Amino acid sequence: MQITDFAVVKNEQIARDVFELQLSIVNYQLSIAPGQFVNLQIDGFYLRRPISICGWDGETLTLIYKIVGQGTARLAQYEAGETINALVGLGNGYTPVQAERPLLLGGGVGVPPLYYLAKELAKAGQKPIAVLGFKCADESFYEDHFRALCETVVMTEDGSHGQEGFVTHAMPGINYDAIYACGPEAMLRAIYEQAKELPPGHTQLSFERRMGCGFGACMVCSCKTVTGYKRICKEGPVLTKEEIIWT
Amino acid sequence: MDLSVTLSGVKLQNPVIPASGCFGYGQEFRAFYDIDMLGSFSCKGTTLEPRFGNELPRVAECASGMLNAVGLQNPGIHAVIAEELPRLKEHFHQPLIANISGFALEEYTQCCEMISQCEQVGIIELNISCPNVHGGGMAFGVCPKSAAEVTAACKKVSAKPLYVKLSPNVTDICEIARACEAAGADGLSLINTLLGMRIDLKARKPVLANKFGGLSGPAIFPVALRMVYQVFGAVKIPIMGMGGVSNARDVIEMMLAGAGAVQVGAANLVNPYVCKEIIEELPAVMQQLDITSLKDIIGGAHT
Repeated sequence: MQITDFAVVKNEQIARDVFELQLSIVNYQLSIAPGQFVNLQIDGFYLRRPISICGWDGETLTLIYKIVGQGTARLAQYEAGETINALVGLGNGYTPVQAERPLLLGGGVGVPPLYYLAKELAKAGQKPIAVLGFKCADESFYEDHFRALCETVVMTEDGSHGQEGFVTHAMPGINYDAIYACGPEAMLRAIYEQAKELPPGHTQLSFERRMGCGFGACMVCSCKTVTGYKRICKEGPVLTKEEIIWT
Repeated sequence: MDLSVTLSGVKLQNPVIPASGCFGYGQEFRAFYDIDMLGSFSCKGTTLEPRFGNELPRVAECASGMLNAVGLQNPGIHAVIAEELPRLKEHFHQPLIANISGFALEEYTQCCEMISQCEQVGIIELNISCPNVHGGGMAFGVCPKSAAEVTAACKKVSAKPLYVKLSPNVTDICEIARACEAAGADGLSLINTLLGMRIDLKARKPVLANKFGGLSGPAIFPVALRMVYQVFGAVKIPIMGMGGVSNARDVIEMMLAGAGAVQVGAANLVNPYVCKEIIEELPAVMQQLDITSLKDIIGGAHT
């Protein structure tokens, strides 16, 4: 966990209400793992906004966010050259397991953290397959980025792009031995119910919650798990299938 | 420059104290700085039994502040004594403020008795003002009679100075303050959060699952300051002032109103370094204001 100022390099719309934000930092050692998030201080808003990490190459941090309220609407107005303060290295991200064919399932703005993970898995010699789910063609993004890394399937709810249906509709036709997912809770639950039995720790789901601090102090994002109460910001956002209790 | 203050005989190296519920049991903040530089900190509100707290969402935002409805999530007093305090001992050598809460008189007294035996604890802070739990917490703190009863019962079993944390959600906080003083309180902490709410415009329903939550942050600073000022004039016991304090100037303002020490709450959640920064910033601000000892300015705005 570190707190630091970043310079905005680029903040561009890449789909309907969806923006890609690139932040740069000089001379700073950051350790950032796939599935972790940053908590951004947005001008005019008291609480920080947690955003998952789409990429980090040692100099540039890439975040993808959707305008869902006043805070993210203000974030979309940031221009190149402006400064933004961030708490980084937050959360317990994905823990890559030994697998031949890891399946990455992303829904909407749940897709970005899986891109960072896909890169790391590919680097480690694994052959991931990605299934990206969006509401419609206008809201889809990063398909080409994924295709450059791995086999990729795109699903849209209305069939306006790729195949029609949810990400779970693509699962039966795929041979996989690990699952990494991020998206709306209904999607995660459907994955949980439909996924085939895999060894413990091989099904990892990343959750979203309204957060206060983002580093485990305020207890507003707590959840009940098989192994006790956990904080989505600290012990999460990634939980394994074995520990999840649905409420 | 003398930053030290003394609360009921407990000497603190400075008056800066992270407030209960915003600092856990100290561990999360160790990743950011050496917490031993703090005057003290008030631990997460602890109850007899472990509690999960309220359903989610438990947080909402507003201009210059936030609302929370955590509902006293904590591991319970036994786990705090067996696990949290020993873990803290390695890294924190200042007198700790133990914040305890309950749903019945006996729970308060049991917690009080147990925690007051712990060597690390300097002061007990009795939370009779949590707005987020039902049938306990604030119910004790909004009526002078029940506030006095729980104070007197806890005072009897406590080997440490007993501070009562007051709710601002009352008609006359001075009346409650006087009742606690008469019942034997060694000091007072104020204010807890102000009860508020937000409504989700799209869903047309309250943002918080609990509907209402406690408002904190800079938005409440003037209200807190006014209440500390009023209570200082109403009682003779020391006050820990809190509510929206975010920087060294706020600390000095709170002390001028009558606070013998100052707690910092919500600001820790937005900037984990805020208490460290305040402590480091204080000497320069004191110099600007011709203050050589913080002890000398307590209640200074009353003359």
